[in-house]
Amino acid sequence: MRYLPHTSEDIAEMLKVAGAADLDDLFSSIPDDCRFKGELNLPEMTEWELNSHMADLASQTAVMPEYKVFIGAGSYNHYIPATIPYLINRSEISTAYTPYQPEISQGTLQTIFEYQTLTARLLGMETANASMYDGASALAEALLMAIRIEKGKKKTVAVSSLVHPMYRKAVETYFTPTDFKIVELPYLADGTTDISGLEKIGDLAAVAVQSPNFFGCIENIKSASDKAHNLNALCVTCFTEPLAFGLIKNPGSQGADIVCGEGQSMGIPQSFGGPGLGMFASLNKYVRSMPGRLIGQTTDLDGKRGFVLTLATREQHIRREKATSNICSNQGLCATMSAMYMASIGQTGIRQLAQINHDKTEYLKSELEKAGMQIPFKRAVFNEFVVKFPQGFETKYKELIKNKIVPGIPLESYYPDLKDHYLLCATETISKSDMDELVKEVKS
Amino acid sequence: MSKEISELVFVDGIKYAKDHEWAKQEGDKVIIGISDYAQDQLGEVVFVEMPEIGSEFETGDEFGTVESTKAVSELYLPLGGRVAEINKELEDDPELVNKSPYEKGWIIKIEPKDLGELDQLMDKDAYLNMLKG
Repeated sequence: MRYLPHTSEDIAEMLKVAGAADLDDLFSSIPDDCRFKGELNLPEMTEWELNSHMADLASQTAVMPEYKVFIGAGSYNHYIPATIPYLINRSEISTAYTPYQPEISQGTLQTIFEYQTLTARLLGMETANASMYDGASALAEALLMAIRIEKGKKKTVAVSSLVHPMYRKAVETYFTPTDFKIVELPYLADGTTDISGLEKIGDLAAVAVQSPNFFGCIENIKSASDKAHNLNALCVTCFTEPLAFGLIKNPGSQGADIVCGEGQSMGIPQSFGGPGLGMFASLNKYVRSMPGRLIGQTTDLDGKRGFVLTLATREQHIRREKATSNICSNQGLCATMSAMYMASIGQTGIRQLAQINHDKTEYLKSELEKAGMQIPFKRAVFNEFVVKFPQGFETKYKELIKNKIVPGIPLESYYPDLKDHYLLCATETISKSDMDELVKEVKS
Repeated sequence: MSKEISELVFVDGIKYAKDHEWAKQEGDKVIIGISDYAQDQLGEVVFVEMPEIGSEFETGDEFGTVESTKAVSELYLPLGGRVAEINKELEDDPELVNKSPYEKGWIIKIEPKDLGELDQLMDKDAYLNMLKG
């Protein structure tokens, strides 16, 4: 978007329209003690000095393509087709705000409707909403939705310890002011969730499992959902890498009731951790408990197809006190990028790309194993996996970063019992020579 | 477009509450619905949220919601009691509330705590007077 500063003439003209004498008069409704006094602490720089300062700051971050980054952990470096940045920067898309009025926003509404359709198909679910903030808040919303479906009679949710640690933090934040309880499920030696203790948890509203999980392992969603349903609880599944569903069975086909996760993989740049795209889908019968907004298809008085914001009555702009979520900003742009991505590469493309991601990961995994590294979890993985490096790898890790290779993230801070364990990722953007170089460096 | 009051249907022998619900005795139970005026104001009803059978409410408690294409309204119980039956047909066909507010579009049946509370509700004429303001 272009930055057009206001001239003093502009400001005078606007003040005149607003009926204010000067800027102080315009802001007079803000109490005096709430207003900032003094000068903003901004260093004086010319535009070119500022550009160079920003470039300096940016170069301190180890990112592709300058660095060879073997990190996924919820945010993935994928190739973005050139069509997407071109289309998304068109002003009719990038400036369109939340489409409350169908009579002026059919284009935006249809785009989001298409996004919902593609999302529901990818996840194997019956209905998808028009997106949440990100994967983590989507999971928190999904668990609150499960409690809503049970009409608040059951107050406990069981969350796998292999759900992304930051997603679990977000759930905790959402749950802290409520009287709902979170029970953490331990994990097994093969890198999947231990659901054997579920029966012992009374009051269970939902079970949340991530697949592929934080260790990259594919969980058995079918057995988790069967068990949840036997206990009259809902099965919520989340994901950080939706491309996986090009290859592995989607959660819908395995009995999940609510599916959510991060859609950043689908055409959205990593951008220092955000913005993300919270994908969210469920069974039709739960649609009225679903958070956020939905776009529906209808016919107008002349029988022509049209799109509308639907089930908007649960949204905060009609009945604030009954709102099922606090989603408010226009997540539509990220959803649009994701729809463009899915439409660009198509069903076959998603499958082929998933295969490439899978094969590269398997190659890196087996080469590291051949080089003497331990692979502690033997389950099938997608995109990323855990490696146990020899003791004292920290020194080597720092050395590698100096050489512009980032060999995964250490897991110890998230899982204290996993000292020397690192989570590595290889997407289609990692070449064979990158991987061979990493293996060589690690071995030496 | 809303109808004129003269176009609306009001029925003898049933009682009206100020929040536009109606109540009608049927044996030892009381049937609850919303008036022709209320459905007309709401417009096309797309969903009726009903309570669970067996749940108990006091007079004036919210027992459900009616959602139309343009609004949502809470339903308030005109007299306290235990929910004995809900109109299952509304789950698939909520528009019955519009088409037949006093018959097919009934919402719940309750076992009232005190049938005498019926007498405190308005009859057809009193309700009409309230609407005319």
